[in-house]
Amino acid sequence: MSKYYLNYLDELESEAIYILREVWAQFQNPVILFSGGKDSILVTHLAKKAFYPSKIPFPLMHVDTGHNFPETIQFRDDLIKELGVQLIVGSVQESIDNGRVAEEKGKNATRNALQITTLLDAIESNKVDCAIGGGRRDEEKARAKERFFSHRDDFGQWDPKNQRPELWNLLNGKHFEGEHFRAFPISNWTEMDVWNYIKREDIKIPSLYLAHQREVVWRNDSWIPVSEHLKLEENEKIETKKIRFRTLGDITITGGIESEADTLEKIAIEVAAMRMTERGNRSDDKRSETAMEDRKKQGYF
Amino acid sequence: MAIDNNQLLRFTTAGSVDDGKSTLIGRLLYDSKSIFEDQLTAVENTSKKKGHDNIDLAMFTDGLKEEREQGITIDVAYRYFTTPKRKFIIADTPGHIQYTRNMITGASTANAAIILVDARHGVIEQTKRHSYIASLLQIPHLIVCINKMDLVNYDESVYDDIVDQYENLSSKLVIQDITYIPISALHGDNVVNRSENMEWYKGAALLYTLETLHISNDLNKIDARFPVQTVIRPQREGFIDYRGYAGRIASGVFRKGDSVVALPSGFSSKIKSINTFDQEFDEAYVPMSVSITLEDDIDVSRGDMIVRTNNRPETSQEFDVMLCWMSSKASQPRAKYTVCHTENLQKAMIKNVLYKVDINTYDRIKDQETFEMNDIGRVTIRTTKPLMIDSYGTNRTTGSIILIDDNTNETVAAGMIV
Ligand SMILES: Nc1nc2c(ncn2[C@@H]2O[C@H](COP(=O)(O)OP(=O)(O)O)[C@@H](O)[C@H]2O)c(=O)[nH]1
Ligand SMILES: [Mg+2]
Repeated sequence: MSKYYLNYLDELESEAIYILREVWAQFQNPVILFSGGKDSILVTHLAKKAFYPSKIPFPLMHVDTGHNFPETIQFRDDLIKELGVQLIVGSVQESIDNGRVAEEKGKNATRNALQITTLLDAIESNKVDCAIGGGRRDEEKARAKERFFSHRDDFGQWDPKNQRPELWNLLNGKHFEGEHFRAFPISNWTEMDVWNYIKREDIKIPSLYLAHQREVVWRNDSWIPVSEHLKLEENEKIETKKIRFRTLGDITITGGIESEADTLEKIAIEVAAMRMTERGNRSDDKRSETAMEDRKKQGYF
Repeated sequence: MAIDNNQLLRFTTAGSVDDGKSTLIGRLLYDSKSIFEDQLTAVENTSKKKGHDNIDLAMFTDGLKEEREQGITIDVAYRYFTTPKRKFIIADTPGHIQYTRNMITGASTANAAIILVDARHGVIEQTKRHSYIASLLQIPHLIVCINKMDLVNYDESVYDDIVDQYENLSSKLVIQDITYIPISALHGDNVVNRSENMEWYKGAALLYTLETLHISNDLNKIDARFPVQTVIRPQREGFIDYRGYAGRIASGVFRKGDSVVALPSGFSSKIKSINTFDQEFDEAYVPMSVSITLEDDIDVSRGDMIVRTNNRPETSQEFDVMLCWMSSKASQPRAKYTVCHTENLQKAMIKNVLYKVDINTYDRIKDQETFEMNDIGRVTIRTTKPLMIDSYGTNRTTGSIILIDDNTNETVAAGMIV
């Protein structure tokens, strides 16, 4: 008799598929929050598996800050076409133009926090009752507190001190009109698991994750890519380095690391030896010790 | 990498406030080199700000602002680490009585629980409470860590005393597998590395114990149960007649060709195919998420259960559960709730309270009507339609329920079918 147990990657996959199917069964109008980063690509891949041979039965929603890596947008559009699913775009630029939010000022200005309003507006106007995210508990200490099914009140807010208990695999997605849920199918995956799985399944990812030559500037202890949005400070100079990105956010705030890892195998080896968390290169998280918790309470991803 | 074949072990920590749960997890992560440098720097800075001499290991898990300010754990935090032998998911749970429900949350899916006992205080009320919960939730493996041995001069007799106290307590509970380890979470004795301060202790350190627990038998591999989550009907060329029942196998093994029945309807058929994505299986087992197709076109939908013809769960509208109340709003006599069992939601009523348990003495208290936050006891539940149930003792998935309050949509109670 064979051993009848799953290895941990298969177990994580099975758990994620279970959660995605629960979302589909319990909600009227779910979407996958798609950023073009590896975690949302992974969630999309798992959704493809969960509903096969049907297509993914819900749209992808992208909150577009306008400060994208061009590669991300290309990747997004190709993927949408390949899967034959609908894309919903919430535009931060539009939120600014409509006066819903105001652009931050100063050297470290970003559109990161502005996304909250655009995201919540897009959720409301599309009557989304569950937004599926690629958040992982190992990413950040406030995210470590998330449930699989996480309630948001009618202002889109999270109340981390007062969450519904989540027992066994019984997921309670009941909610009132105007409230919504966030679902996190890959809660239990670590960065290492994500890479091992991407490698195993040979999932397509944007080339930005692989080491490549790029013009960059040294700022806040990481290599910030040169783009039309970057304003050079006095003592900063543009250099060309072989870098790759561990996470993808806005082009203005996502720092790269110097790396020779230009294949999935090499990335997996590099990640295994990493001594810094992946979000360590994101200036949005460095603003204060509770930056993530504060944003999440307001409705951030 | 060899690790690809490794199993996942989920464990939880329990014990009273300040027994050192968060410190222990910090220590496990730190000594197994699972802490990143920026996390370490952040914690070092905060520790300094608060005036601690050493880094405060507990801060690796206490993630919320208020938890750090008050130095307590309020809600479950999950942590991950991997060794060459296994991958671990830790649920760090709160010790305060008012957060007992969060402890139950962390414990419900655990293979193992670490119960911490402060060497200076021995077995106390919270130890009894948490041990009772571990036994009630039938966590397969219990590891009792007698912590802060550094504060009692690493004295063997203190350890022996506490082991005796605990043996006495556990004889009144149902616990399958207990291990005792004397440790100092703060200094790292017997956590990852064996202690040089306690030569008298001949057992293994905690990490080795966790790496070698035998967990393959923790899941029920006998009784095949497949609760249906949703039906997949692709409107797509090549799959026009495909009708797949999607779900995660709750227990047991299913094979192509098995004779099965769908419950509650009782219609029978044979398994035609089992697949995940484009991969076909001859057999599939707990806890795989798969899609199953049947030879016959019978009516099966969400909430139904596919089982083998000759091994069926009980189909019942009235059953007893051990109930843990989790809401600040007390239960009312004969109040109505929605019961959620696998993927099946039905209206239900607490028909009768048989007794509540005093979890300090484990005595039964009779003639009770209502349940308050953190109360535990035995009740009879009546549902409007039958559920397909097993006892929790044989099946953690088909033996568990939650109650949802329809007025607030909150999860108000967890129950284990007796
Ligand atoms: N001397 C000593 N102190 C410890 C030990 N383990 C934890 N502590 C201290 O006990 C206090 C409470 O620890 P904490 O981990 O927050 O406990 P929790 O409430 O169970 O999570 C902290 O001040 C720790 O430094 C130990 O093994 N020895
Ligand atoms: Mg703690």
